[in-house]
Amino acid sequence: MLSARLIKGNFQDSVTLMVLSRDLSSLADVNRVSVMMGTSANKDVFRETGMWHDDLAEATPNDLCIVIDAEGEDAGVADRIAAQVEERLAAMAKGGSKARYPVARSFRRACDQLPKADLALISVAGQYAHGLAKEALDAGLNVMIFSDNVSVEEERDLKETARERGLLVMGPDCGTAIVGKAPLAFANRIPQGPIAVVGASGTGLQEVTCQIARGGMGISHALGLGGRDLSETIGGLSAETALDFVAADEASKVVVFVSKPPAAAVRAALLDKLKRLGKPAVALFLGDHPDRRDFGDLHLTRTLDEAAALAVDLAKVEEQAASVPALTAKGIRGLYTGGTLAGEAAQLLAEALDLSADAAHDEGFMLRTAEHRIIDLGDDLYTRGRPHPMIDPFGRNEMIHALAGDADAGILLVDVVLGFGSHADPAGELARAVEEMRAARGDKAPITVIANLTGVSEDPQDYAAQAKTLEDAGILIADSVRMAVLLALRLITPAKVETATLSPLLSEPPAVINIGLRGFADDLASNDVDVVHLKWEPVSDKTEKLRRMAASLI
Amino acid sequence: MYATINEANAAVLDEMRSARPYLVDVRPAHECIPALAEGHVLMHAGPPIEWAAMTGPMKGAVLGACLFEGWAKTTEEAEAFAQKSVRFVPCHDQSAVGPMGGITSANMPVLVVRNANQGNVAYCNLNEGIGKVMRFGAFEGEVQTRLAWMRDVLAPVLSEALKRNSEGLELTALMAQAITMGDEFHQRNIAASALLLKALAADIAIGSAAAADKEEVLRFLERTDQFFLNVAMAYCKCVMDAGHAVGEGSIVTAMTRNGRDFGIRVSGLGKQWFTAPVNTPVGLFFTGYSQDDANPDIGDSAITETFGVGGAAMVAAPGVTRFVGSGGFSDALETSEEMREIYVEANTTLQIPTWDFQGACMGLDVRRVVESGITPVINTGIAHREPGIGQVGAGVVRPPLECFEQAFEALVEARSKTA
Repeated sequence: MLSARLIKGNFQDSVTLMVLSRDLSSLADVNRVSVMMGTSANKDVFRETGMWHDDLAEATPNDLCIVIDAEGEDAGVADRIAAQVEERLAAMAKGGSKARYPVARSFRRACDQLPKADLALISVAGQYAHGLAKEALDAGLNVMIFSDNVSVEEERDLKETARERGLLVMGPDCGTAIVGKAPLAFANRIPQGPIAVVGASGTGLQEVTCQIARGGMGISHALGLGGRDLSETIGGLSAETALDFVAADEASKVVVFVSKPPAAAVRAALLDKLKRLGKPAVALFLGDHPDRRDFGDLHLTRTLDEAAALAVDLAKVEEQAASVPALTAKGIRGLYTGGTLAGEAAQLLAEALDLSADAAHDEGFMLRTAEHRIIDLGDDLYTRGRPHPMIDPFGRNEMIHALAGDADAGILLVDVVLGFGSHADPAGELARAVEEMRAARGDKAPITVIANLTGVSEDPQDYAAQAKTLEDAGILIADSVRMAVLLALRLITPAKVETATLSPLLSEPPAVINIGLRGFADDLASNDVDVVHLKWEPVSDKTEKLRRMAASLI
Repeated sequence: MYATINEANAAVLDEMRSARPYLVDVRPAHECIPALAEGHVLMHAGPPIEWAAMTGPMKGAVLGACLFEGWAKTTEEAEAFAQKSVRFVPCHDQSAVGPMGGITSANMPVLVVRNANQGNVAYCNLNEGIGKVMRFGAFEGEVQTRLAWMRDVLAPVLSEALKRNSEGLELTALMAQAITMGDEFHQRNIAASALLLKALAADIAIGSAAAADKEEVLRFLERTDQFFLNVAMAYCKCVMDAGHAVGEGSIVTAMTRNGRDFGIRVSGLGKQWFTAPVNTPVGLFFTGYSQDDANPDIGDSAITETFGVGGAAMVAAPGVTRFVGSGGFSDALETSEEMREIYVEANTTLQIPTWDFQGACMGLDVRRVVESGITPVINTGIAHREPGIGQVGAGVVRPPLECFEQAFEALVEARSKTA
């Protein structure tokens, strides 16, 4: 049966009402809904299409007429539909906020619309990815290939081409990357920061970047490589380029590398490259259990969270290191009052520098090489006839004074142990000794002092006040012995970069040509990234041939 | 001979740019079009087609024309007559265009649009308004009454009004204004129709016809929002013929549909039609009708898209995009941006405010269509597939890519012969 509703004095244009009629007619409990303004022409249409209702007789051209054809005599349907009309009109008036970005149908037009494009994100069916990626490389763009089912020969071809041109190919089958503020495919909203992540593992990149963000740090970039990059066949071509890029990137202070274990031949070259980035690096080869974990500036880890946490620590160390004047000498001296603290510092240094720690502990030496020395001042030798250095700092103060004549010393590692039984002001004692020693050394031979402050805020010495005393004396505080050692290592490692390619991809805000899944372009636009979406569809061979001819016929 | 296609196209575009079409008169078709002056001849939309192959709306209009011309008294007689005794010619071969079925007979009035610069003339029949109309295949009762009134009242009144101005009515400036008011000249002509009425109103009012007739004419123009469509079509035909006269290049100078075939002509390929089967428009339907009732694509009105307005100027009339998909301004923008890929230039006389005053598209290049795979978007009315019912909706359609591929291959062949 037919029922009608009039909405007086609510003019809407006919297109809006045609859309409404179509949408409402598809509702389950009605056969047909017709919504029009009450003009005489429209009243004729109501009649001709069998939708006339006598209530329309009085309608004026400014009245919205709704006629509902529904089963049965349920007046509720008409009310429901009328309410729907009002609701939908209100929703239309509000409008939707669609991300605005240009859409192109040809690669040439996409480049015209975004002349500064430097990356193509390709997510078309695998069989077409190679051709499009080649076109992008030829146009000087870096490429990320989300598509899988790309043959290993095609991958090698693309990566060799890219290598020649100083461009990066991420993928194929690369699901995650973040370049600057641009989330590419599967990625999280990670704050900007000093850590660059490079990886052949999509969720690995996501987990590590998220852990970094939750650790209070951010990332500069996260570059994907594709699962096969570290195979024997591909030989880590993209890994090499990506690491060159981050090595040269000012904003990347720390590098994290995540992948499954690389092929044996690739592994050696990759480790070599990671050691020579001139930046602290963390590497995680999932499932790998390395015996040795620290190699100078490179640290191997076993789990994703460990990699992320270490990277966060290294980034903090970088911040501290940036405030330290350049060293004139590289010798590390450790003067610890706590034996275990001395022992840990010695072990970590020995592993990182490939030295052997001193097992005999003669004269309290935990590490003794031509260059570096770490002493446990709690050793019996030093406590004979005098109190333990945690109670009486005199002995250590003397040794600190003695450093005034040690021209090879560049870094002093110390501990300050608070708590019951300890000296009432160990920080004050240390600060005074350090100041005296520095005065004696003079400005030409600066020494960096890094203290490990063992204590809690409830301790009788007042942790915060002790920390302030150290800081006022220009003594750096490390959160742990490991952090102190990391900082020391950072300071003595030359920032030497063997190969680095400064890529505009990392140094300029990214501009992306998106080919394939439209949603990726939406995400980029909503993150204020310049993007053009290239609507692409496969064509027959004949059409492809004609296309090439048409492009060249002038 | 131009050395390159690009140079030839530049010449075609120069001719198009310098064309200055004026609406100068409204005359009976047989006075303007010699082919209609003798025998039983009807003009139709699209590339050549015979009675048996015609789709419903065109057949209905043919019956209407047979009745209108007095060649038959009943529908049955008209059908028999159309089958045997009528000769059909494409509008496009007579410097004319016609919307939907495009059926035009000797005694129907046509708009006369003259190019003040190159001197060529183009014709188009007059818009009948909405509802049951001949161009959509309705042919009885009110349709016949209206056609007679258009012949006997509307045409003479308009002719007299137009002649009060010795040059006629300059259309380029009028269209430049209308495009800033939200018209794209295919599906939306309400602004241009209003401007036309504004330009003619006083001259109609002081005309020699009876007051009641003049009032009827003014009322007709007042309610016929698409009246300017036929003027715009004649305008576009006039411009495209001026470009086509160059005789070289790869610019598309006509796109048209007869309900079966989509045909295009190209500046460097003479009168040859390159055809492929038409698609069926998708869009919005008046209540009671659906996609199933839609007739395949038909009409000469795609001459507007050939010139670069209509679908290509979708961004000027964002409301029109809602005939397809979710609609809205971003869709309109996207459509026009896409069209920029296949038209070689921007038309500086038709600037579109909603496009940051970029000019409308101009110069549809076969090479660009083939290279990009993008076919022009055509805004179109949708006819019922059965004769006699008329318009059931409006929407969007694209030509088959094959037309352009065939034309491109012919172009390559022609060049290899001259090289």
